[in-house]
Amino acid sequence: MDLTWTEEEEAFRAEARAWLEANVPRGLPSGDTAPGFALHREWERELFDARWAVVSWPREYGGREATLFEWLIFEEEYHRAGGPQRVTQNGIFLLAPTLFEFGTQEQKDSILPRMAAAEDLWCQGWSEPDAGSDLAAIKSMAVRDDSGAGWRLTGQKTWTTRGAFCTHLFGLFRTDPSAERHRGLTYFLVPLAAEGVTVRGFGRLDGDEGFAEVFLEDALVPEGAVLGEVDRGWEVAMDTAGSERELTLRSPGRFQATAARLVELWRERPDPGLRDEVVRAWMDAEAYQLHTLQTVTRLAGGGRAGPEASLTKLFWSELDVRLHETALRLLGPEAELDGPWSKGFQFALAGPIYAGTNEIQRNVVAERVLGLPRR
Amino acid sequence: MLEKECPPAALRRAWANETGRVPGLWPKLCAMGVVGADAAAFSPLDLVLVLEETGRACVPEPVVGTFASGPGGGAAAATGLGLAVSPLVLYADSVERLVLEHEGGLWSLPPSRASLAPCPAVDGSRRLFEVSWDPGDAERLELDPRSVLDRAALAAAAQLCGTAQQLLDAAVAYAGQRHQFGQPIGAFQAVKHKLADVALRLEFARPVVYRAAWSMDPVHVSMAKAHASQAALLAARAALQVHGAMGYTVEHDLHMWLKRAWALAASWGDAAWHVQRVGEAVLRDRAAAPLDSPVSPGPGRLGTGR
Repeated sequence: MDLTWTEEEEAFRAEARAWLEANVPRGLPSGDTAPGFALHREWERELFDARWAVVSWPREYGGREATLFEWLIFEEEYHRAGGPQRVTQNGIFLLAPTLFEFGTQEQKDSILPRMAAAEDLWCQGWSEPDAGSDLAAIKSMAVRDDSGAGWRLTGQKTWTTRGAFCTHLFGLFRTDPSAERHRGLTYFLVPLAAEGVTVRGFGRLDGDEGFAEVFLEDALVPEGAVLGEVDRGWEVAMDTAGSERELTLRSPGRFQATAARLVELWRERPDPGLRDEVVRAWMDAEAYQLHTLQTVTRLAGGGRAGPEASLTKLFWSELDVRLHETALRLLGPEAELDGPWSKGFQFALAGPIYAGTNEIQRNVVAERVLGLPRR
Repeated sequence: MLEKECPPAALRRAWANETGRVPGLWPKLCAMGVVGADAAAFSPLDLVLVLEETGRACVPEPVVGTFASGPGGGAAAATGLGLAVSPLVLYADSVERLVLEHEGGLWSLPPSRASLAPCPAVDGSRRLFEVSWDPGDAERLELDPRSVLDRAALAAAAQLCGTAQQLLDAAVAYAGQRHQFGQPIGAFQAVKHKLADVALRLEFARPVVYRAAWSMDPVHVSMAKAHASQAALLAARAALQVHGAMGYTVEHDLHMWLKRAWALAASWGDAAWHVQRVGEAVLRDRAAAPLDSPVSPGPGRLGTGR
């Protein structure tokens, strides 16, 4: 075990820090609103042009072929510099790892560069009105088009983050209704401009219109819209879910930056009664970083994301809530004012719900990590 | 080795014998290089997993005190350690030497030159003593009490991880066997989620402990002891609840691990004590940005070969 960075890694950090300090935009409005989204898209273009959008990707897709450790360094520096939310995240952090794993060469070549450049913006199409935690209950259907030109999609997806502003959706559709419910699902890549697709945005608890529902009525997509094998979509989707829970979605730099801001807030308003809570929250952000280094060490050595990813998701989502709750208690009566901490708190509250509710994660930990009986 | 030499039956016998220790176990730990003169060749990082295993087996031996005090008093000399933060000395009547804090320094003397008053503990294998002694009878050591405390806290943190793991494993096994309402109790979500929470705290305590073993930075050690203490106390609480009335009996082995977790969590600075120390570094003395503060040196590969 060696917790020192190499010279190359330090050089990478210095380069990232210098560029970010010079270029990170200040005061962008939320990217989960129509005008804010447009500004964030411009920022994503800047990142892409400077080859900072997708550092770990191959060069031909706009990356730098950075190692996982360098990716972590970039994330630390990004959040340290106060970099804004990544409106491309569902594409670059969730779909892309799955594309690298399951995509055809043609899919990778056509999708990844446009995704990295924020020309195509991807949203997730998992949840349906009757399929949230119970994802395998989805009813949206895909049937082969009579002409053989591809697939016809019908159904409704909902709680789709930034769906109203995105151009494409990835999600699961039922292709074999007679199969056991985890089988007979297929993973589709759907352009939202396709005929028969209607998107309706709606408001979220935090005040942004960042949610959408997506209606599909006989929408035609080509054969190349299938990612992985037909009827094997569950396995493909679980790969995306593993990325979402374990690593790429929530890097430690994000929470360490929040913890550092919490410490600053405590210094401005040193409340002795909250001292231990501040320190414990800060310590947990450290623990998350160290755990991530353990995970990355394992993945860099050829390991794969397993059910342990659920532990990671539980930890970061509950850490985020704790960090913000502690800040609000330091703010006292000002906690109710609209501001970065109250906004962040409301967003943090979504963490234990999205990417698989924490109740589901605890079931996964109990059954698949600890080996407790299913029933 | 520990499964063979220190099974629950041996621990149970130690609870009832004269010293609270397992006869013949200490020389075997020394021969393996876990403690004693041979262990001096190893770094804390080399030993952290072994220390964890001594916690898993609930080893009733002066492992922490001897590890913390370093070599001295002979190749296989066991050491009883008394510091201001944990003044009662474990196994003071059966070790070869005592290392005691006094006026900011550390002193060594044989137990025969001290007066020992036993202090009965909840964990029957932990024989604690109040030690009265005269510095005129002792030798002044060139050791910094703070670094000895850090080594003791690290060793206790590693043991707490092992103890917590054993408590979790025992609870998982019991929840799979025990049937109520026609199904294993481990199939109930209330039980599943309780044990998942233990797995969560333990999973995130371990890398903190390993980082501390690597750096031996006092603030890292404090984070390790606080995280490990919290994880072990949660494990103890959940394991007892899952075992129900069965776990509340002395016939079942569980109580020996529970009591060890409580004892280790309270020793060498409890979680609150160490959080206080981390707070001094984080809130006052050092830069707020954890990303480049000395509290958090540039991390890299965290692998333990587990």
